[in-house]
Amino acid sequence: MSDGIQESTHRTTQRTTQRTIERVARESYGRLVAYLSAHTRDVASAEDALSDALVKALTAWPRDGVPENPEAWLMTTARHSLIDLVRHQQVAESGEPTLLLLREDSKEMTLSPEFPDERLKLLFVCAHPAIDPAMHTPLMLQAVLGLDAARIAGAFLISPTTMGQRLVRAKTKIRDGGIQFEIPQERELPQRLDAVLEAIYAAFGIGWDDMAGVDQRGRDLAEEAIWLARVLLQLMPGEAEVRGLLALMLHCEARRAARRGPDGRFVPLSEQDSQQWSRPLIEEAERHLGEASRRGRIGRFQLEAAIQSIHAERVRSGRIQWDAITMFYEQLIRISPTLGMRTGYAAAVAEANGVEAGLAALDGIDPGSVSAYQPYWAVRAHLLQRLGKTPEALDAFDRAIGLTEDPAVRQFLLQRRAKVFLFFLSN
Amino acid sequence: MQFALLIYESPEAFTARNADETDPYLGAWRAYYKALVEAGIYVGGNPLQPPETGTTVRLKDGKRRVQDGPFADTKEQLGGFTILELPSLDAALEWAARCPAASIGAVEVRPISPEYKRRVTG
Repeated sequence: MSDGIQESTHRTTQRTTQRTIERVARESYGRLVAYLSAHTRDVASAEDALSDALVKALTAWPRDGVPENPEAWLMTTARHSLIDLVRHQQVAESGEPTLLLLREDSKEMTLSPEFPDERLKLLFVCAHPAIDPAMHTPLMLQAVLGLDAARIAGAFLISPTTMGQRLVRAKTKIRDGGIQFEIPQERELPQRLDAVLEAIYAAFGIGWDDMAGVDQRGRDLAEEAIWLARVLLQLMPGEAEVRGLLALMLHCEARRAARRGPDGRFVPLSEQDSQQWSRPLIEEAERHLGEASRRGRIGRFQLEAAIQSIHAERVRSGRIQWDAITMFYEQLIRISPTLGMRTGYAAAVAEANGVEAGLAALDGIDPGSVSAYQPYWAVRAHLLQRLGKTPEALDAFDRAIGLTEDPAVRQFLLQRRAKVFLFFLSN
Repeated sequence: MQFALLIYESPEAFTARNADETDPYLGAWRAYYKALVEAGIYVGGNPLQPPETGTTVRLKDGKRRVQDGPFADTKEQLGGFTILELPSLDAALEWAARCPAASIGAVEVRPISPEYKRRVTG
């Protein structure tokens, strides 16, 4: 019987150790990869060395106990793997200096278990202008968060093999293309930072759209994006746009529970029960937005967060200041006249200045650019229906439905369309 | 380049074909077709009769073997195909994700092989 108890205690310890490894891996992954690759510029080897160290931890920690400083243990072990790796590659011309760099570091390492946080440099490398912009987010998800290629591939709707190849290609470019691990100069900082913010927001957007609220994987990606923004804020507390991005994502995240009915039905923002919104997240978002505005440098993410902040006001006031939203969209369009901004602007104008004005704003968008853009058709259908232009509305509904990926949204639009159709028939 | 979207459907989806005009699956397909045509990427395609209407023929050791139904005995069966003209696989996958069958069955994306067609047709 005591054997049984011992056995179960052993298993509990193993589980605890396993969880510790997972936690350390999650929290330290980016820090370790960033530090290991900052000198060698070899992200792929740093990742390999770190996964090697994690595998070793799986056997060593349950046996010898979790080390006092797990991160330092992983760092030392990964560095040894990396040195072995580089030694094997020594035939390659770049092997020797890399080895020297690693050796120099190892001296520092024996003096102190602390090591500098190089994640900011890694984030800037992942979103470097020399890297294909489509790969900025996947690179960040892998190098900073440790997500595997198959998981990233699913989120980006790309085959796992292709995603794997593209990630390898991007990392080779970082290693061989002379991309420096450094924080950009003051002069180019705004633009470079913008690319980092865009990449984080793209991860959030995927987590958001991807069967939001239903698919756990989608949800995780949105959480990872918020986590990345928090890391970035910690590293650049003075940047207003970093706070703007975080505020924007927190405002959206606050509404997650309200976006779906109990039966999984899609609930549009205008019909959401604001009592279901998360007050703590809204308050945190407002704090960041307030702090950002005190810095007096307005930007795209602060403007988008401000729009969400006005929507959030509905909890308290029960109404929405559409003219303010319209104004923020006007500023956004001046910064980046994307389809999303222009469609959002038209929807806001319809509420502030009447449906005809909203429709006119939609008509101002080049028709050639919207043939595969779902939100345009959804807004158009909605406005045409309100104007009583039923045949045109039905057509726009079809376009929106045909371009929808999320089954719950498709169901919602099909029901809307059916209602309009029945009303049309009975009149 | 051209891509085939091979539509795999469950028995329920095949049954739903007999539903009335208000059936949401039918509505979704009508809308999807319209979106493909309006986007200027639709080349062609057809739905197939349900799998039990299929007959599989094979010659084994010179003998004819005929089997009722489709070759593979799986839950989801080929229900139709759509050919699209698109610039890349990435774009094809995006359209496949919007296909109404993607959320209840499966959509396989395969590039058309014009090289092999040329070798066959001469």
